[in-house]
Amino acid sequence: MGLIARQIEAAGIPTLCLGSALSILGSVFPPRLAFVDFPLGHTAGKPNDPEGQLRLLRQALRGFEFAGPGRVLRVDEVWSEDDSWKDEVMRPDPENPAAADNRTERHATPQYQSEEDERAALERGDCPTCVFLPA
Amino acid sequence: MPAYRKPPVDYIERTRALYGSMGFAAYDWRRIAEPPAFATLKKPLSECRLGLLGSGGVYEHGQTAFHFRDDISFRVIDTTRGTAALRATHFAYDLEGARKDPNVVFPIDPLQRLVAAGELGELSSRAYAFMGGIYSSRKVEETLAPELVARVVKDEVDVALLVPV
Repeated sequence: MGLIARQIEAAGIPTLCLGSALSILGSVFPPRLAFVDFPLGHTAGKPNDPEGQLRLLRQALRGFEFAGPGRVLRVDEVWSEDDSWKDEVMRPDPENPAAADNRTERHATPQYQSEEDERAALERGDCPTCVFLPA
Repeated sequence: MPAYRKPPVDYIERTRALYGSMGFAAYDWRRIAEPPAFATLKKPLSECRLGLLGSGGVYEHGQTAFHFRDDISFRVIDTTRGTAALRATHFAYDLEGARKDPNVVFPIDPLQRLVAAGELGELSSRAYAFMGGIYSSRKVEETLAPELVARVVKDEVDVALLVPV
């Protein structure tokens, strides 16, 4: 995402990346970075927590005011009372190391959230708001 | 930082350790040391039109979903329609939260509330959703990014918020 931010910025538009994988994002030096120390998949807040999401976004957007690249705004929100969730991320259990292998098969067909979504898309036939780029 | 807080998870290191333990070569993460271009904010956020881009694999009911093999397509999402019809699909993160509430990866509702509160000028009616975890950084830099740049320029956004997963 940082690669995309750099190109948008080069077109003259200030960008802000809001991310939780600090090492990955930081490695491509994005123009502005706001860091949320939450598990991946929850960078913009906890589900069904509109007040927490609002606080988080309000803080993060202050990152647009940075005067130059290289600084990281740390959003002051915590995921849980302790940080024990971090111990488990991508760490194999010594008792059962194979369980950490959570790789998903890279299907080349659309992976719908539900069968109903798939039916709706197929019934519709075309997707004018889908943009497919040459690989 | 209180003593019970642990440092941020280093996903590069953990990926390397986990897949290394399975005998796979380390993924060669793209690294850039050269400072990026930097555009200064020309007016207060309360007067800015913000464009939202997210790589959490969000699509709208009725749109084609993403596939998992280096999918570099994107979906144009109408931000005036709220988040009820948004769905999420991705091979690389736990989707439970995003499927309960897509705002956790694609924060349309809180941004609209900041607009209503006068803290943000406007949320562009067109947001862009795609699926991260694209293995080839070349495809991102040469194909996907230039197309997204063209879109946000055409939308005349003043600032862009990017939410990776």
